[in-house]
Amino acid sequence: MYRYDELDQAFVEERVAEFRDQTRRHLAGELSEDEFRPLRLHNGLYIQRHAPMLRIAIPYGLLRSAQLRKLAGLARRYDRGYGHFTTRQNLQLNWPALADVPDILAELATVQMHAIQTSGNCVRNVTADHMAGIARDEIDDPRPYCEIVRQWATLHPEFTYLPRKFKIAITGSAEDRAASEVHDIGLRLERDAHGAPGFAVLVGGGLGRAPAIGVPIRDFLPLGDLLGYLEAILRVYNRHGRRDNIHKARIKVLVKSLGAAAFRDEVEAEWQACRADAPVVTAAEVERMRTFFRPPRYEALADRDVARGREPRFAAWFRYNTRAHRVPGYRAVFVSLKAHGANPGDATAAQMEAVADLAERCSFGLVRTTHTQNLLLADVRQDELYAVWRELEDQGLAMPNIGTLTDLIACPGLDFCSLANAGTLGVAHAIQRQFDALDYLYDLGNIEIKMSGCMNACGHHHVGHIGILGVDKHGEEWYQVSLGGSANGFTALGEVIGPSVPKHEVAPTIGRIVEVYRALRTEDEPFIDTLRRVGLEPFRAGAYALHPQAA
Amino acid sequence: MRYILRRREIVADDWVHLGEDPEGAAALIVPLERLRADGARWAAWCGRLGVRIAPGDAPEDLAAQLPHLALVAVEFPNAGDGRGYSQGRLLRSRLGFRGELRAVGAGVKRDQVFLLARCGFDAIELGAGEDLEAARRALTRYTVAYQPGAAGIPLERQRFTL
Repeated sequence: MYRYDELDQAFVEERVAEFRDQTRRHLAGELSEDEFRPLRLHNGLYIQRHAPMLRIAIPYGLLRSAQLRKLAGLARRYDRGYGHFTTRQNLQLNWPALADVPDILAELATVQMHAIQTSGNCVRNVTADHMAGIARDEIDDPRPYCEIVRQWATLHPEFTYLPRKFKIAITGSAEDRAASEVHDIGLRLERDAHGAPGFAVLVGGGLGRAPAIGVPIRDFLPLGDLLGYLEAILRVYNRHGRRDNIHKARIKVLVKSLGAAAFRDEVEAEWQACRADAPVVTAAEVERMRTFFRPPRYEALADRDVARGREPRFAAWFRYNTRAHRVPGYRAVFVSLKAHGANPGDATAAQMEAVADLAERCSFGLVRTTHTQNLLLADVRQDELYAVWRELEDQGLAMPNIGTLTDLIACPGLDFCSLANAGTLGVAHAIQRQFDALDYLYDLGNIEIKMSGCMNACGHHHVGHIGILGVDKHGEEWYQVSLGGSANGFTALGEVIGPSVPKHEVAPTIGRIVEVYRALRTEDEPFIDTLRRVGLEPFRAGAYALHPQAA
Repeated sequence: MRYILRRREIVADDWVHLGEDPEGAAALIVPLERLRADGARWAAWCGRLGVRIAPGDAPEDLAAQLPHLALVAVEFPNAGDGRGYSQGRLLRSRLGFRGELRAVGAGVKRDQVFLLARCGFDAIELGAGEDLEAARRALTRYTVAYQPGAAGIPLERQRFTL
């Protein structure tokens, strides 16, 4: 993975010094809360329900063991011994003290990490496919380009005070595991007729209020033009995006109000006007970046049948929590942060350390975070899978539920977040209890539940097969259920099925919805396919069948 | 007397905004709408002339006037409104403006001066109550630029190429 050179290191240290000074000025009363807010947000610091929340950047979800150990240490020393992995592959600490944050950032800088631009109205962490470099369906590895974009976006002098936050995702595979179509810019790697890589460019996707799927504005952008073209898009947005209403400030609103064709014309005109003095990505720079992401030294091995003769729980884990690898003899291993009874995406310091150790012994010292709030050991030898499973089992990280209904995504919700209207964790626990029987869970197959505690949609509820949105109803927590969303290549926004339900009714409602599926599916038909085939109506009828309290 | 940062030095301001004393100064900064409303008057004026533009103004519309202007003041009404950074970039690199490019307004603070200088601003008129000396030091807060073409940062400490 990428390693800082002297410039990167100098930069993060200079950034820590700047934020230390800004924090000091704020605490001394020289910077009002209004003045301090954008500065702290640009350094990942929110003021939350109980305490500040610090969102630490994990660029495109890649960590070295030493970095994960540092995160564990910070969670233990400055927090309550755990952290929360987010849908944008970052880590959130929920309890740091404001005065400690400069020290936390200084410690992060010692392991080539930071919290720069993880919040605020700027270009956020660039995300990517967690299977980058190992997927069998990969066109090209997105990570070198992610790092190029990360560097270009870092303290960009022109685009640090945008109308609103700005998220970029890059995907390099046929299956879109990075949800690129629901980002402000989605870049999809393609190859031209000569085999040279480039990008299809989508703009204006996003969740939150008025969710939208990105519209294509370029079929093929050559690599060298990447940054100049991004500057053209960002300049059009920075100049013309709305700033009078926070709810209409995302680029998706600009794209919609101009119309996709007119927006594309604006960008192309800006690109033609700026390309003479726009930054160029040279072939040498691409090569330099590629060297950081070369495949590790795999051994020449053959695929083997590792589950045969092992206990059923291991066989289930192998089936659900490991994935095929490009290289024979290896598997990618999900570290499930979705144990029943735990908060989705949370990991304790001890768990992080255990994963860091395992990665060092069995996966070339690297760990990945996934868009689905799990961790991934990307390069595990198949003959070590059983031992890895045993250790993960000991740590409570081997819940064999990846891709099933209880591998659900949830934001931290009302328990932590000052924006939330309703809790998500209690609902997640109720769903875990309702679907605790693994045979039943496996029978249901792939069902994606995504849950957000408010309209901001950090839990991506719009693109869940089953989406759950917490709403406030006269001071009570109620939940809106939607069906039919998807974000992995056939992107679709879910449709709300009817009146919201009270908290204790969410899990039973989902229970009735999946029973409708079981009754209507053809053999081996996944939930989302049945839903698309038969439409919403039978599910709507079933969901409310025994539900007198809906209002 | 107002002091400003000009090319990294603290200097006494030799410009006056329209409406400030003394009205008869030899270098006057006039809001764009006044300049437009009263074109003949300002064309006949024999002092140095500058224009002050608001966040919604398009720098391209100034192209014809730029050769007659010694200064463009770009307004940052608050720290969160970043349109002025694009205006500065366009004035310098697309429209080739070589006069003084000045950041003005309540949003101009020491925490923004590094970005402003990088977008081509060579003069910074800080918001009320701001510490000029601290702002001057903040201009050199970073020794690295991830974007090419950064004035004041050596080439070998920049990324990418133009």
